[in-house]
Amino acid sequence: MGFAGIAVGAAMAGLRPICEFMTFNFSMQAIDQVINSAAKTYYMSGGLQNVPIVFRGPNGASAGVAAQHSQCFAAWYGHCPGLKVVSPWNAEDAKGLIKSAIRDNNPVVMLENELMYGVAFEFPQEAQSKDFLIPIGKAKIERQGTHITVVAHSRPVGHCVEAAAVLAKEGIECEVINMRTIRPMDIETIEASVMKTNHLVTVEGGWPQFGVGAEICARIMEGPAFNFLDAPAVRVTGTDVPMPYAKILEDNCVPQVKDIIFAIKKTLNI
Amino acid sequence: MRKMLAAVSRVLSGAAQKPASRVLVGSRNFANDATFEIKKCDLHRLEEGPPVTTVLTREDGLRYYRMMQTVRRMELKADQLYKQKIIRGFCHLCDGQMLLPLMQEACCVGMEAGINPTDHLITAYRAHGFTFTRGLSVREILAELTGRRGGCAKGKGGSMHMYAKNFYGGNGIVGAQVPLGAGIALACKYNGKDEVCLTLYGDGAANQGQIFEAYNMAALWKLPCIFICENNRYGMGTSVERAAASTDYYKRGDFIPGMRVDGMDVLCVREATKFAAAHCRAGKGPILMELQTYRYHGHSMSDPGVSYRTREEIQEVRSKSDPIMLLKDRMVNSNLASVEELKEIDVEVRKEIEDAAQFATADPEPPLEELGYHIYSNEPPFEVRGANQWIKFKSIS
Repeated sequence: MGFAGIAVGAAMAGLRPICEFMTFNFSMQAIDQVINSAAKTYYMSGGLQNVPIVFRGPNGASAGVAAQHSQCFAAWYGHCPGLKVVSPWNAEDAKGLIKSAIRDNNPVVMLENELMYGVAFEFPQEAQSKDFLIPIGKAKIERQGTHITVVAHSRPVGHCVEAAAVLAKEGIECEVINMRTIRPMDIETIEASVMKTNHLVTVEGGWPQFGVGAEICARIMEGPAFNFLDAPAVRVTGTDVPMPYAKILEDNCVPQVKDIIFAIKKTLNI
Repeated sequence: MRKMLAAVSRVLSGAAQKPASRVLVGSRNFANDATFEIKKCDLHRLEEGPPVTTVLTREDGLRYYRMMQTVRRMELKADQLYKQKIIRGFCHLCDGQMLLPLMQEACCVGMEAGINPTDHLITAYRAHGFTFTRGLSVREILAELTGRRGGCAKGKGGSMHMYAKNFYGGNGIVGAQVPLGAGIALACKYNGKDEVCLTLYGDGAANQGQIFEAYNMAALWKLPCIFICENNRYGMGTSVERAAASTDYYKRGDFIPGMRVDGMDVLCVREATKFAAAHCRAGKGPILMELQTYRYHGHSMSDPGVSYRTREEIQEVRSKSDPIMLLKDRMVNSNLASVEELKEIDVEVRKEIEDAAQFATADPEPPLEELGYHIYSNEPPFEVRGANQWIKFKSIS
């Protein structure tokens, strides 16, 4: 609360602070400053006072840290107008999104993932530049496909890519979309893909109720892609319990590759 | 000499437009300034406090009088408009009700007198007085209260969310503005321009945890933050005795030096603010001021204010400590101004408020098309979803 508010105040006075939460679980205490002091201010002031701040930190499940340290806040922050919320998967996402977040004149929440910090990725040449930016609000198609659209954010994107590799051997070609931004959501990329593949599976680490997948499904129903669905859209999510500690229990509380494959096959009626 | 003084006093004593029917005061010979004794402040961790005498010039006195009277009248008008249901929702007034600052005019005017326009100020929801002293017009303030397009936040914010240059509102969540203020002070220090930030909160908020977090970091990093507790003795309906284990709010900063100031005396507030600002500008770190004031009416318009205290108490304070009466008596008794002159200011202020209220009542509401505006800053236009998927609002920055 204290330092989050200090960071927001500094942003109001013209600096461009980055406020780090050790994990977003701790942001729950400070969430009043994120939402009421940062997100809503530009609107409440009639466009007079903007808040160019970045809140960053690890989000979601880690490994063996139990219930109070494992919550995913994508749905919580994604709910609020006035905020931008990004969720990187790989190294290039992390770099491009943090730079865009810092350069943005609005409050941006960057939901990182502790387990991804240690994973190495191919880093394309263009990403080496100090001005390499990834636009906020634009999803990326990580893998082209024709049979089904699989949408995810953060660490689960990797699991989807793995699942797609397994399914490719069986002749099923998945189109994997890395959301990169939770809010404002790039629904157009998802819609265009669904209109091509006619099937949709969403994957996230957070709890199912009122989550990112729920929002995607609702919007697909409201838009042009609905008429192209050959089966109901399906969600793969974290298990609907506070995160347990024992390894076997924890493993069954996050979506695994096998859960994604199962959901894809169910949707395709295979 | 007499004529010259008269001419000078006419120039100094008021606005450019004067009604032709005003009483001729030009032949009066006023003093240029006078010295007054002010209450000594109780001190915490300070060897010396603000001075116990101060000089008030005629020019300053007239300006303070006009400003306090304007804040008072503006708030009373807001009170009236709220009762007529032209103002909706929350209205915390400086005079106590509706979050109005009645009786707390000395605080906002006195503080402004102790700092520069380049300094910064942030407060909670009893903000109309400060919005005015920080530079906005009564028109813009009242029109914001009535939710019209001419309001300072274009009708988007209302009573609790008014902003001006170096004035950061207007904050609805009790206590949240205190860390914000420490953050603004951090920016002041970072920018190295010798600016300070006045960070206000009430006796109710003083028990909040985030305030102590702000005290800690401000002291650690020696931020030029003046923490100001406006103690009006009641946190909504709870008296300070029932709310705080320690009611010595000026000591609650512990390792932060503090002073207890008579918040009903504009000169006392001014000197204390000057002293506090000098402390911060000298790089000594944060300082705390407790302003002892009183809240006439209830916490807000929904609170008559008599269920938790007696009418006698209210009457007594009203008759003995009215900050405007105090200034008036001082000025008249020291020949800094005449009773007639001050009455004229009253008339002018009343007119200004009437005109502003007229505007605030007649100005149209913001256009519906602009409902989605100002979500993001510096952003290309996008669409905002309405009550259903077919209703869309355009959003521009």
